[in-house]
Amino acid sequence: MIRFLFKGLLRDKHRSLLPFIVTATGVMLTVVFHSWITGVIGNSIEFNARFAAGHVKIMTRAYSENVAQTPNDLAILGTDSLKNIISAQFPEMDFVERIYFAGLIDVPDHTGETRAQGPSLGMGIDMLSGNQEEIERLNIPSSLKSGSLPSKSGEVLISNTFAKKLGLESGDTLTLVGSTMYGELALYNFTLCGTIEFGTTALDRGTVIADIKDVREALNMNDATGEILGFSRTGYYDHEEASLIANRFNDRYTSEQDEFSLIMKSLAEQNNMGFLVEYSGTLQGILVFVFIMAMSLILWNAGLLGGLRRYGEFGMRLAIGEEKSHVYKTMLLESLIIGFLGSLAGVIAGLSISFYLQTYGIDLGSMMKNASIMMPQVFRARITPQAWYIGFIPGVFSALFGTMLAGIGIYKRQTAQLFKELEA
Amino acid sequence: MKRFLVLFLICSSNLNAQLPDGKQILDRIDQNLSSENRIFTSSMIIHGRRTTSTFRLKTWTAGENKSFTEYLFPVREQGTKMLKLEDQLWIYSPSTDRIIQIAGHMLRQSVMGSDLSYEDLMEDNKLTDQYNAKVTGSEMVDGHNCWVIELTAFVPEIAYQGQKLWVDQERNIPLREEMYAKSGTLLKRTELSDIQRINNRWYPKKIVFKDMLKDGMGTELVIDEIEFNVDIDDYVFSKASLKK
Repeated sequence: MIRFLFKGLLRDKHRSLLPFIVTATGVMLTVVFHSWITGVIGNSIEFNARFAAGHVKIMTRAYSENVAQTPNDLAILGTDSLKNIISAQFPEMDFVERIYFAGLIDVPDHTGETRAQGPSLGMGIDMLSGNQEEIERLNIPSSLKSGSLPSKSGEVLISNTFAKKLGLESGDTLTLVGSTMYGELALYNFTLCGTIEFGTTALDRGTVIADIKDVREALNMNDATGEILGFSRTGYYDHEEASLIANRFNDRYTSEQDEFSLIMKSLAEQNNMGFLVEYSGTLQGILVFVFIMAMSLILWNAGLLGGLRRYGEFGMRLAIGEEKSHVYKTMLLESLIIGFLGSLAGVIAGLSISFYLQTYGIDLGSMMKNASIMMPQVFRARITPQAWYIGFIPGVFSALFGTMLAGIGIYKRQTAQLFKELEA
Repeated sequence: MKRFLVLFLICSSNLNAQLPDGKQILDRIDQNLSSENRIFTSSMIIHGRRTTSTFRLKTWTAGENKSFTEYLFPVREQGTKMLKLEDQLWIYSPSTDRIIQIAGHMLRQSVMGSDLSYEDLMEDNKLTDQYNAKVTGSEMVDGHNCWVIELTAFVPEIAYQGQKLWVDQERNIPLREEMYAKSGTLLKRTELSDIQRINNRWYPKKIVFKDMLKDGMGTELVIDEIEFNVDIDDYVFSKASLKK
């Protein structure tokens, strides 16, 4: 019977084409919208994770109280061995050391005296060990505006805007004026090897990125680091997983009596990210629910119209003796076939578009020029397992429910009146 | 009633008469603390939250606007020099062989992570040239009778818009100081002790600074040796001497 109905649908395009297109379009939009919203919120969270917060972050308790000031005098000591220990204890995370610092960048003239200077925010990351993880995590190769990545000790990258402001070019010397871990005056010469642009004002104003070994030498931080960031091996922030790991870590390492004991904070506990993490799920749910409801109403309506449009046909079938229940069943089965095929096509199309948006993204850099918060320049969709069924289920059932409602009229028709109705 | 009013006026005029003129006290403080020039060696002990660091410095000052400091200890800082001329400061570091100019708001940054700013360390302006003074009462500090004086700056470009001093009535030297921002926020507190008689003046050999906006246990500045009004070659206060 399914084969019979299927042939009918194929041969009578009026019955199938419009409902199929409406269902497929609705499902496709639902899938793309869900993937885009998930991606955009996730991108913002991941961007902050990569540049500042990690999925989890380890600091001393004293450092964590003033983390915005990056107080390296309260840094973690003995990090060489500590990193190995925690990597073994928490294998689900990749741990990396980072030193954030504030200072003044001073540019000399030909006599060696100050020609230009400006305040900077610096970051010491692993750039020269041969491990490319950190360089890729911060998207440095594609953010490179001029010059090249550091290839030897003493080389530094600075933001393109900052370099222009200071009149610096690749190969020029610049001096970092800051404070060492012990409060001494830190003066350290770097050679500019390249400039970078992340597309975010907060990062492009005065960022300096150097290899962590150079920063350690400059700030007298041998075997010490300001922060250890942990990144989930899945690549995405999972709040429950991060919270569980942080609790396990803090049970083992945090002491209320020792302000230099270690504390681990999940991303949601840092930089006011809690709001975004906590409400991202809810907000995402609300947006997707509203969208699905709207799409369901459209699909329902399509089913309803399809049923009503075939009023005469059903009358004829009843007049020639077909059972009301049989007419109703075939109608539902047809709707189910159209819903299933439409939804399938919609899911395939939606996932294809989402995959494109996930791979290439959309560059919204021009809209983010003056953003002071850390946001990515290119936003990408994210295909989650939910995307496979979030449009499919309402696609199938909305059309079915619409047809069920429209089909109730079949039972209200009086057989005695049918020929009169058909004559009219 | 008339007799009571007369008695009240006499009493209140006596009360005001007991409080000396603030400007006179500031003059006496300046006579103790200011000098045409001086050379001193000091130890700066910074009590941080985790560690205590000690620095030894030798400083030459001439008048109110010229100052030159060389770091003698620790080894990492040996040879670092600072020159202040008017409101400009240059720092020379032998490790980078660079002379760096520090100006503007950077002068209010902490020196070596201490509770002192570059301005605190290098400024030697007379109080009478910067503040109006009003004596508000007297209090005991460390067993000494002190005048409590409130200072209000009359010059616009100044690190502290207001100060409150507890000035020893006998030796005319502040034993405690509080420095305030224009908003009234307490920025720093200093305790001056080990007051000694040097060349006909009273001078504190130990000053404890506490930056009230910063964690930590404060910074001690201990004067190990000091000479007043000695001849200092003008070359000392030149940029050429930084690299010497």
